[in-house]
Amino acid sequence: MSNGPLEIKAISGHSGPVPGQGVSRDYDVCKLVDTTTCIGCKACEVACLEWNGYEFRETTFDNTYQTMPDTAWNFWNLIRFNEHENEDGTLSWLMRKDQCMHCEDPGCLAACPAEGAIVQYQNGIVDFNQANCIGCQYCVTGCPFNIPKFNNATKKVYKCTLCSDRVGAGLEPACIKACPTGCLHFGSKEDMKALATKRVDQLHANTSYKDAGVYDPEGVGGTHVIYVLHDAKNPEKYGGLPADPRVPLMVRLWKGPLKWLGGMGMIFGVLGVFMHRVKYGPKHVEEKRP
Amino acid sequence: MSGGAVVRPSVAVPDDHVVRYSFQERVGHWINGIAYTYLLATGLALFTPHMYWLAAVLGGGPTIRFWHPWMGVLYMITIFWMHSTWKSDMAATAEDRAWKERMKDYVENRDEKMPPQHRFNAGQKQFWWVMFYGSLVLLLTGIVMWFPEEVPPGLHWVLPIIVFIHSATALLTIAGFLIHVYMSIFVTPGSMKGMLDGHVSGAWARTHHRLWYEKITGRRK
Repeated sequence: MSNGPLEIKAISGHSGPVPGQGVSRDYDVCKLVDTTTCIGCKACEVACLEWNGYEFRETTFDNTYQTMPDTAWNFWNLIRFNEHENEDGTLSWLMRKDQCMHCEDPGCLAACPAEGAIVQYQNGIVDFNQANCIGCQYCVTGCPFNIPKFNNATKKVYKCTLCSDRVGAGLEPACIKACPTGCLHFGSKEDMKALATKRVDQLHANTSYKDAGVYDPEGVGGTHVIYVLHDAKNPEKYGGLPADPRVPLMVRLWKGPLKWLGGMGMIFGVLGVFMHRVKYGPKHVEEKRP
Repeated sequence: MSGGAVVRPSVAVPDDHVVRYSFQERVGHWINGIAYTYLLATGLALFTPHMYWLAAVLGGGPTIRFWHPWMGVLYMITIFWMHSTWKSDMAATAEDRAWKERMKDYVENRDEKMPPQHRFNAGQKQFWWVMFYGSLVLLLTGIVMWFPEEVPPGLHWVLPIIVFIHSATALLTIAGFLIHVYMSIFVTPGSMKGMLDGHVSGAWARTHHRLWYEKITGRRK
């Protein structure tokens, strides 16, 4: 995107060319979740509720530390705890912060019929505007990560905003601010990608996590929330993170060919019957009684 | 009401006219038609952004999202009502094949070449069964789309398929609906009177549905 406003035009007390002139920085945003340093403290869950003004809801105990089985319309940020048995018999205790991935190619937005209910900002944030939401939940149909959640009382759908209100004011998202281990990072996509790659190199060099890698799925054009995973080859074991998420094919066909064929069919159908009338006219009945 | 043998007229029928649709049939048809028109308009608003302005005309997006399924319920009730009334008249008969073979003549108004038909001709039967089975598909897929929040996350993969089937089936019924409305208004003068007042002229009945006419009047040509 244009980053003109933040490019330096002139600086005071300086002779010669302006330092950094012509250098551009990407202005899109990205959240990096390093699952290898997450300790499952849930500070991000609390910070999310506090900033967005939701009460802490009832928790569900299912023999793990996980707060509840799934995210909810008023609980957008959930640490998923997974006990995974490795091939060598050891146990991995995997924790993953689950929230909206802010896809570059958002399936929710493709599927939504309501004008302006879903907005994608130039900085990559995909936000729901409940004022325009009609509650049809087509976004649920389009999302490969099962993120949008319906509130039956308001008949609207809600999800993580990536703290678009905070980011718009130059602040980092609430979850980032609360993280005590530094497993959450926030910055431009390019910077976060570089940081993630550096961390993966570190893991390869100094630990036994030889399959460590960055999760930034191409099927949805990349995401504005990326993960460092100990085992990037099996993201499913992190509480069902899809290996190759895509906007469902049927959503593409429905919003692509079917929409055009249907529209053309109706236009030419109306034209066709009109032409039929012009060419053949009405049917006549035998008036005389035999 | 097999063959529409005897129907009680609710309005005065002129001497040279015959009763075509009973009061119940007409009420069922028109409730169905009004419900379908609403479903069509709201469905198109949800189908394509080019038609989303219809949502504003009909009370706004949340309003049409609320009423579309309920109107679907009313529509289905009248579909089943019409089905119970007409299913015997809509059953396939030997005359259907001859009619379908001459469909080109029918479309181009060479009606004298058409084989005589019962109460409904083969084209009307075809339209009815497209609407009937299409409506069943729309009902089954529509129930899921009414309450997607009840679909467990593990089954969310069916939602895109269901939405696609619902849209494609709706488009199929729109094709039938377009031809149905066009023909009733522009192609067969007198048929609208049949559905509004319940009776048609003897000449109309002889021309379009000779076998039915002969049956109800006991008259041979």
